[in-house]
Amino acid sequence: MIVQAKEPILEVHDLTVSYARKPVLWGIDFTLPAGSIAGIVGPNGAGKSTLLKAVMGLVPVASGYVKLFDQPLQAVRNRVSYVPQRESVDWDFPVSVLDVVLMGRYEKLGLLRNPSNADRALALDCLEKMGMAAFARRQISQLSGGQQQRVFLARALAQEADIYFMDEPFAGVDAATEQAIISLLKDMADARKTIVVVHHDLESARSYFDWIVLLNMRLVAVGPTAQVFTNETIQQAYGGRLNLLSQVGDLLEKREFPSREK
Amino acid sequence: MENVINFFSFEDPNVRYVVLGTVLLSASAAMVGSFILLQKKALIGDAVAHSVLPGICAAFLFSGTKDIVWMLFGAFITGWLALVGIDFVTKYSKIKKDAAIGLVLSVFFGVGIVLMTYIQQSGNAAQSGLDNFIFGKAAALIADDLLIFSILAMIILITISLFFKTFTLIAFDRPFAEAIGYPVHRLDLLLTSLTVLAVVTGITAVGVVLMAAMLITPPAAARYWTDNIRHMVLISVLFGAFAGLSAAFVSYVAPAMPTGPWMVVASSGIAFFSFFLAPKRGMLPKLYRQHANRQVIAEENLLKRFYHLGEARSDFTGSHVEHTLIGPDNFGSTKSRSVLRRLRRKGWVTGHDKRWQLTDEGHAKAAKVVRLHRLWELYLTKYMAIAADHVHDDAETIEHILTPELERELEQQLGYPDRDPHDTVIPKV
Repeated sequence: MIVQAKEPILEVHDLTVSYARKPVLWGIDFTLPAGSIAGIVGPNGAGKSTLLKAVMGLVPVASGYVKLFDQPLQAVRNRVSYVPQRESVDWDFPVSVLDVVLMGRYEKLGLLRNPSNADRALALDCLEKMGMAAFARRQISQLSGGQQQRVFLARALAQEADIYFMDEPFAGVDAATEQAIISLLKDMADARKTIVVVHHDLESARSYFDWIVLLNMRLVAVGPTAQVFTNETIQQAYGGRLNLLSQVGDLLEKREFPSREK
Repeated sequence: MENVINFFSFEDPNVRYVVLGTVLLSASAAMVGSFILLQKKALIGDAVAHSVLPGICAAFLFSGTKDIVWMLFGAFITGWLALVGIDFVTKYSKIKKDAAIGLVLSVFFGVGIVLMTYIQQSGNAAQSGLDNFIFGKAAALIADDLLIFSILAMIILITISLFFKTFTLIAFDRPFAEAIGYPVHRLDLLLTSLTVLAVVTGITAVGVVLMAAMLITPPAAARYWTDNIRHMVLISVLFGAFAGLSAAFVSYVAPAMPTGPWMVVASSGIAFFSFFLAPKRGMLPKLYRQHANRQVIAEENLLKRFYHLGEARSDFTGSHVEHTLIGPDNFGSTKSRSVLRRLRRKGWVTGHDKRWQLTDEGHAKAAKVVRLHRLWELYLTKYMAIAADHVHDDAETIEHILTPELERELEQQLGYPDRDPHDTVIPKV
């Protein structure tokens, strides 16, 4: 079931992504409304993180395009924030918590300028919002998993964007952090920010998100949670019926075939 | 001694050239190397260093001179080709990056050696000294070279300073850097070019083979001393400069000594020193901390023994015979006796004629350890559903590390209890 948003803030059009010729996302096509908290949900290997990376232009796409605010990403980067998976960085890196949050200002600073006192004040403010102000001077290796995630979110806040893409922010965090994050997301949505979250827990997905993108290599369903997040669509996404799709994918890889003819 | 004075007075212009040259080159290499290390590209530095050799030889064959500008030009081109080659092999074959680096490195260095051998056999008079480029000879530095090296070192210094925050971001979180629109690939090229530059500045004095060590060793050592990237780069530069200076000194005192290897020996010495002695991460401080922990455990256990004996006869003030405290005379009791003496030095026990008793301070201390032990046992049975006969061993360790803050929290959560799970009294302090 595909429900289109009325005034879409994100439009993903016929997106296909392949790793070494093997498609991991097939013809994904959907829109999201402004001010929503959207969850990208699906089983392991469904291509959830890949979808986020494709939207952020971090992986090459085999076909299709993405538009944000009706424009290509390059034109609106300063309104877009990306929160990578926590495990994607080396937390033994010799920087402080404040240094990491200040990275959220780098987009506005450009390549050469250094953060000003105003940037520093803003970064501290963002840390405060995540309940991490006391940790500003700490080296990042002294943080717990939940604290690391809070620092990443503080960095995202420092970007002052309008749409946020978060890759598994709830993975491996403590219950208190999970609650802190979800209430932050609700506050942000109230301020008309749009948040797109990769999430793998079906149980909490229903209460966390008001819009759901159900994915398993292809798009299974997208729309308001109450409307599209049904036992039937979940069964479609998690049931084993996609075997054929992955077999064709394997074949494309083996025969070194392009996924599109062009 | 005379040598030392001559050297450090810097009156001899040759000494000045050599010192300035080696310090400049090792400092700039250490600076670039910091970012290579943090980007986990140490092997790339090695590959670049080896790959400039064929470029130097080809430049010599082409120009017929050892003019430094030509050498740099040639070195730059093959250093670059090697990097492109590594990327190409990784992208278009099933060979993994580490193998690709090894492959490209040996092919380029092999070609370099072939060319060098050819040049040496050709009987060209201008070639003498070209082999210095392999292991380096600081004494071969002349004023003209030095001018060029200074310029290159300044270029490296200024570029790294300008792009400091950008390189830091890429090393820490590359996807984020890409997502905010930084031209990550071009910045990679920039850092690689700086690496080639740093290697090239070192070819005369250190030689291509060992230049990789000057890129990586100082920053690796610096990482042991700090958790702040700005300090790390600074310390790395100082280490590099110190290694450069000491090597220049050695080859001044003993002219037969090649500078490059000595530079590497000096910086490895610094690295070993850091590895063993750096305050937080070094090995010896770690061992010392463990030793100190064991001492605390032994002291507190003995204090506890006093307390238990006192508890048994409902009198904490009397003295105890030594062997009831530490057991009969045998090998183990020598150690316990030294613990007793340590306790006496701290004023927690007094004793003579093999009889010992707690002081007031010692009693408070002992009661506190017992108290923490029993509080923890209670916590385990109450909140972690562990059976009362299983909690003792765990509490044996935890009693030594609980802080006053945690103690207060424990008390509060347990509702200020009087008795532990074995129904013995929890002492109040």
